[in-house]
Amino acid sequence: MPRSTVKKVSGNRALPKAPTGIQGLDEITSGGFPRGRPTLVCGSAGCGKTLLAMEFLVRGATQFGEPGVFMAFEENTHELTQNVRSLGFDLDRLGRQKKVVLDYVRVEREEIQETGEYDLEGLFIRLNSAIESIGAKRVVLDTIEALFSGLQNEGVLRAELRRLFRWLKDKGVTAVITAERGEGTLTRRGLEEYVSDCVILLDHRVTEQVSTRRMRIVKYRGTSHGTNEYPFLIDEDGFSVLPVTSLGLQHTVSNERISSGIPRLDSMLAGKGYFRGSTILITGTAGTGKTSVSAHFAHAACTRRERCLYFAFEESPGQIVRNMRSIGINLQPCIDDGFLQIHSSRATVYGLEMHLATIHKLVQKFSPRAVVFDPVGALLQAGSSQDAHSMVIRLIDFLKSRNITAMLTNLTSGEDSLERTEVQISSIVDTWLLLRDVELNGERNRAMYVLKSRGMRHSNQLREFLLTDKGVDLLDVYIGPEGVLTGSARSALEAREKASTLATQEHAERRQRERDRKREALEAKIAAIRKEFEVEDAELALVNSQESKRADRLQQDRREMATLRQADRPADAPRSRNRAHV
Amino acid sequence: MKKQDKTKQRPLTLEEVGRKSGGVHDDEKWDLRLYIAGQTPRSLTAFANLKRLCEEHIPGRYKIEVIDLVKHPQLAAGDQILAIPTLVRKLPQPLRKIVGDLRDTEKALVGLQLRPSRE
Repeated sequence: MPRSTVKKVSGNRALPKAPTGIQGLDEITSGGFPRGRPTLVCGSAGCGKTLLAMEFLVRGATQFGEPGVFMAFEENTHELTQNVRSLGFDLDRLGRQKKVVLDYVRVEREEIQETGEYDLEGLFIRLNSAIESIGAKRVVLDTIEALFSGLQNEGVLRAELRRLFRWLKDKGVTAVITAERGEGTLTRRGLEEYVSDCVILLDHRVTEQVSTRRMRIVKYRGTSHGTNEYPFLIDEDGFSVLPVTSLGLQHTVSNERISSGIPRLDSMLAGKGYFRGSTILITGTAGTGKTSVSAHFAHAACTRRERCLYFAFEESPGQIVRNMRSIGINLQPCIDDGFLQIHSSRATVYGLEMHLATIHKLVQKFSPRAVVFDPVGALLQAGSSQDAHSMVIRLIDFLKSRNITAMLTNLTSGEDSLERTEVQISSIVDTWLLLRDVELNGERNRAMYVLKSRGMRHSNQLREFLLTDKGVDLLDVYIGPEGVLTGSARSALEAREKASTLATQEHAERRQRERDRKREALEAKIAAIRKEFEVEDAELALVNSQESKRADRLQQDRREMATLRQADRPADAPRSRNRAHV
Repeated sequence: MKKQDKTKQRPLTLEEVGRKSGGVHDDEKWDLRLYIAGQTPRSLTAFANLKRLCEEHIPGRYKIEVIDLVKHPQLAAGDQILAIPTLVRKLPQPLRKIVGDLRDTEKALVGLQLRPSRE
């Protein structure tokens, strides 16, 4: 809390600043150089002082409507114009537009004889006339120390320099004064004594044959500023400083989900894939398919009509396109449509800072929604482990702040624990996919699992990872009494299982059939018995009917006989019957 | 070059200076330009010293042009003027510059190559 209050107070009465327009520099100086005051830029030869000053001037003239005067003591105007043309600064045109005035001050000791008292009023007049001619708001003196080599009377010089800086302040111009770095001092001639509002030190270091340029704000009166050494870069677009360590963790997060390009993987990640703007790490031993997963991701991004930037540190663009085509991912149309850019460079080509700067610039230029680094560990070779670590963090911060989804791959060597990443970035990534080999029964198969994925219910299962000619496919691994099986072991077991299932099924069917047959037999038997019974029944009925017929006949016969005998009364049946029997 | 070596032992006569600077005639013109910034005491001193020197050594063959940079600031760049006052010897060639109020006559003469340096 006290910190923020301090910030607020200093913000209220902050120094007016003149933005430099140089990428990153305005961020670390929180706004630019002190307006209306001189700034000293010092550094050893070849570290970019002149360029910094020139860019400050040109950007002031072109972007901020502040014309400027460049007073050169070392290079003549022609040389200077040529030197900065490669950076896209057309000083001739700016001169014609009255935006920039170049003034070359030649100081040749051999031509000058000193006798008696003098002052540097001539320089003041020249500078003044140049400032007045275009209404300049910015002035560069590069490198004013050259005066020391041309004029002998140091007492006069120092007094005049003091007067000059005072005069510049009174003029209200924002000035940049460059100076050579001295032994053990900031500047060879002690200019820091006169220019004390803002001092910037440029440095050009070579460590292990890799050169890096760094910048530090030694002093900036009356304002808060970044105190670190910031890497910077000079390339065809001029100066760029990387203030990324100053990035906070305030980036806005997105709830949007984007596909990984592999449907099964999406379903492992709670069915929807990665979070937009998250950082995905894919680690695995050699040949486990890290690049393929990345290519899927890149392809998916391009299919969504989103731009994707692919940094390859081991393969050339052509190689990647060819290799990915073999697994059915055609990246060429994505490249042709301008949605995919593949940048290949060996990590050792230049220092980490340069890599970081290049990445920054490309990201800013191309403004992709997704970025792939394949493999991020290759950057390790470009610097020490500590540097690489902080660089990757900076990179991730940078991408997160822009809501760009980043995919990093990293190779883990066989000896290391799989869950260890070389640059130890695992703790800062959001989603970590682990690819691994499963060696079993004389073959090597790939498996994948989601080691972590922040903010979603991801699957905890191991999946078998197949590279088919239609891309990556994830299969369920066989988990049974014999453990986790993959590859042919899995398919063999599956086949065996299938066979035994089939056998069981057949067995059941057979039993069913038998039962059916038995039932049929039973029913047939029942039918036969019933038939027999019916026959008997019928016979019985016949016998009965015959019997009754016979009885009737007998009675009739008896009656007839009685009639014949002329009996007086009808004989009763049993008697007559008995009689008949007798 | 041999001539120069010989003349180094004693102060040059004006004729010799003329020859050395490429001129062959005694009536060679000296074209001098004195840059000042306003009528300051130092400028006046410088002008007075210059006038005296010329009268003593090259009477009648010199021309002094006084340029006031306060009035003509754009002229400062042409002769690469930093210090004030600065005397520029335009002719005879080569161009020489002498910085200061010319108080030290000896140095001024060396600067104008009216006298060899003591190196």
